[in-house]
Amino acid sequence: MAEICAHIMDVAANSITAEAKKVDIFITQDKNQVMLTVKVIDDGKGMTREMSEKVQDPFFSTKTGRKVGLGIPLLKGTAEHCGGDFYLKSKIGEGTEIFASFALNHPDLPPLGNLRDTILVMIISNPGVNFSFSYTINGKEFTLDTEEIKAQLGDVPINHPEVIKFLGQYLDENL
Amino acid sequence: MKLEDLKKIREKAEKDVELRQKQARIRIVVGMGTSGIAAGAREVIRAFVDEIAKRNLSDVVVTQTGEKGLASQEPMIEVYEEGKPVVVYGNMDAEKTKRVVAEHIVNGSPVSEYVIEVR
Repeated sequence: MAEICAHIMDVAANSITAEAKKVDIFITQDKNQVMLTVKVIDDGKGMTREMSEKVQDPFFSTKTGRKVGLGIPLLKGTAEHCGGDFYLKSKIGEGTEIFASFALNHPDLPPLGNLRDTILVMIISNPGVNFSFSYTINGKEFTLDTEEIKAQLGDVPINHPEVIKFLGQYLDENL
Repeated sequence: MKLEDLKKIREKAEKDVELRQKQARIRIVVGMGTSGIAAGAREVIRAFVDEIAKRNLSDVVVTQTGEKGLASQEPMIEVYEEGKPVVVYGNMDAEKTKRVVAEHIVNGSPVSEYVIEVR
C-alpha cells in the first residue's frame, strides 16, 4: 500500500464486511515526533482466537479464499518493518481492535496520504455505518463523529449532495 | 464552518428527501477490497462523490463492497438501475468516472469502451 490511509481504509472495509455499525479510528503522532500510531476499533461480529491468528498469515487467507484477504498481513508487515508494533484483538460478538505503530523516521514509512478523501469516501459510501475519527498530529487535534452529524441532519441522509459539499468543505477547513 | 450549519442544509434538503427515500434511481457499487483500494478505488469514489455533489444528483447513491474476485480489473464499479441490466466497469480512474457520470448516469448511455460486463 502506498499510503497509511489506504491501510486504514482497508481495515475499515473489513469492519464493514464484519457488519460493524460503528467504527472508531484514531491516528496519533506522539509529542516527541517518534511514533505514528493507528487504531481501528469496530463493533462487528468479531473473530475467534484461531481466526484472529489466521488473518495475520498471508498464506492462509489467499489459499482458502477467505473474505479477509492480504490487507492485515500487509499492514502488520509495514508496521513491523518500519520499527513499530502491531496487534489485533478480537472477540466474537463484540468486535475487533487493530493497532499499528510506525517509527516516523523510518525511511520506508509510507506517507500518511490523503486523509481528507479517505474520511469523506468512507462516510459517504457507508451511510448506514457510524464513524468517529480522532486525529492528533503536531499538537493539532481533529475529531469528527458521524452520529453528531446525523443528529443535526434528521431525516436528510448523510450522502445527500448538499451534505457531501458541506463535509468536503468542513474537512478542508478543519483537518 | 460548523456542524450547526447542517441545520440550514437540513431545512433546504428536507423537501427532496421524501422523493429520495422511496428509492435511489441509480445505485453505484465500488469494490473496496484490498486490491481495489491498492488500485485506486478511493479516487474513483471521490470522483463519484464530487460529481454527485456538483451536479446535485440526489437520486444517485454510491456504496462500497468487498473483493469482487477480479483483482486484475480493479478498480471496478457496478451500476444498478431499476429495470435495466447491471453494467460493470473495470480499470476505472477518476477521469473515466467523470465520463461515466456525464454519459451514463446523467444521459443514460453507458460508456461502452470501459464496460467489462453487462448482466
